[in-house]
Amino acid sequence: MKQTYQQRLHDLWGDVRRDWQLYLLLAPMAIWFALFLYKPMYGLVIAFQDFSIFRGIEKSPWVGFANFVELFQNDMFVRAFWNTITISGLGLIFAFPVPIILALMFNEVQNEVGRRWAQTIVYLPHFISVVIVAGIVINFLSPSIGIVNLFLKGIGLEPIYFLTQPEWFRPVFIGSSVWKESGFESIVYLAAIAGVSPTLYESARVDGASRWQMMWRITLPCILPTIVIMLIIRIGNLVEVGFEYIILLYRPSTYESADVVSTFIYRTGLQGTQYDLATAAGLFNAVIAFVLVYSANRISRRVSSTSLW
Amino acid sequence: MKSFNLYSRGDKIFGWANAILLSLFVLSTLYPFIYVAAVSISSGAAVTAGRVTLWPVDVTLAAYEHVLSDRMFWIAYGNTFIYTFGGTFMSLLIMIPGAYALSRKRLRGRTFFNIAIAFTLWFHAGMIPFFLNMRDLGLLDSRFGIIIGFAASAFNVILLRNFFEAVPKSFEEAAKMDGASELQLLWKVFIPLSKPAIVTVALFCIVSRWNGYFWAMVLLRGEEKIPLQVYLKRVIVDLNSNDEFASSLLTAHYSFETVTSAIMIASIIPVLIIYPYAQKYFTKGILLGGVKE
Repeated sequence: MKQTYQQRLHDLWGDVRRDWQLYLLLAPMAIWFALFLYKPMYGLVIAFQDFSIFRGIEKSPWVGFANFVELFQNDMFVRAFWNTITISGLGLIFAFPVPIILALMFNEVQNEVGRRWAQTIVYLPHFISVVIVAGIVINFLSPSIGIVNLFLKGIGLEPIYFLTQPEWFRPVFIGSSVWKESGFESIVYLAAIAGVSPTLYESARVDGASRWQMMWRITLPCILPTIVIMLIIRIGNLVEVGFEYIILLYRPSTYESADVVSTFIYRTGLQGTQYDLATAAGLFNAVIAFVLVYSANRISRRVSSTSLW
Repeated sequence: MKSFNLYSRGDKIFGWANAILLSLFVLSTLYPFIYVAAVSISSGAAVTAGRVTLWPVDVTLAAYEHVLSDRMFWIAYGNTFIYTFGGTFMSLLIMIPGAYALSRKRLRGRTFFNIAIAFTLWFHAGMIPFFLNMRDLGLLDSRFGIIIGFAASAFNVILLRNFFEAVPKSFEEAAKMDGASELQLLWKVFIPLSKPAIVTVALFCIVSRWNGYFWAMVLLRGEEKIPLQVYLKRVIVDLNSNDEFASSLLTAHYSFETVTSAIMIASIIPVLIIYPYAQKYFTKGILLGGVKE
């Protein structure tokens, strides 16, 4: 029953002819992906070139890994890399638990109307642009009229120049990110809580458990698989930080704690024109990101298949 | 039933503590909006003197008058509308037929295309190659470039495809009996049945277009092409450090802060209008989007 090569080709041609309409519908999207996502991947080769925009990819000389060597000797890049990891790590510690806590708290609210209002409000900042969030932060922290410094002055303290001092950058960045996203991120956990079987609570109540105990012993363990998956996803995204937001908040005086790989790429490649060096930095980051996301995905698949969720 | 200690003393305290903490969180979410709104309708002098903390002081619409008489503001606002609706239309035009084709299990090469699309979730070329590619395609400083360059995304395609796959076979077969073409099938059967998914994707597109600033800032040169968020960024972030500009705005009626607050409010209002509608779909979309390959 072995089909010959020609037969298979014939069958394929038959299927393609039968489904020509579907291919026609698919074509614009396929072309789009090729043109805007795959063609740039070819452009990654300039990471291995002494690239000049006038010579183009074809005529620029190859330099092997010279750009990467230059990168690792560049203090600014090394600093940016560690800043990326540090900011992500701090986010993991301080921002990651917030939506979980929020979801647990929402779950304990018994007034349905109040709960819906509260949810509507805390989801809102997710829909606001980072430019506006940065504008609000700049307003709030202004040394002269910002509300935070008015308060500090009110209790007799000196005003703090939050946005020009490197040690304040990370708290400001993570704090405002929590404000923007943690409400919305709680949705995933709320969905997990909604899936917890009510009979568990009923039997616990018969046994005289308090609400606090039920939260700790029933709700939390039941949503643990979701928490683990979200944690893995977060670790997978360790080298991706919200650079579009950082660009709005950082300034030369805070680069030492604020500059991350993506902002480094933006400055060297788009504001400066060292395309080859910036591309090398991007490729380095993308490869690490790929390995992390890929492993995270593998792990999460194992976790989710062996767990209840 | 009496043994159910539903409202024991401890539980009541727990309930109250929870409600209070949550209310504090909700208020701290809300406060920045109230503050910005209050600043935008206060007098510049009161804001500069630090007298505005919650409620507006010396209410005036001077800042709004200033903003609304700025030609650049209207140009930027108009551009944002063009990018938001043009971009969303383009996204749906490309992604709906494509996702539909990929949802047909019999399609040859389906696996190849699915993997190629999912791969872009994990790996992308990055900022510089994307920029140089836009340049090579002649899409720098082009409105069309902004609209087409960000039209599709793997996440949205997968969301749509999963939804199309879940449409019951019987609907499809009935239409096929009538000799419908694939396009008719898509238009008359699949699109009406998949409205929630399509609305979700459309809303994702609308919000990300409305709020997007980075690529518009990088790709557009001409003043007359920039969207609202880029305009906002220039005024709020770039000019804030420029004291000369800030003090040039300072009059008795409005100041730098009241003007920027007014622009912020003007750009938030459309979001607030679609928000109650969007919220329902977004929460659904997040949950059904749980990306599968």
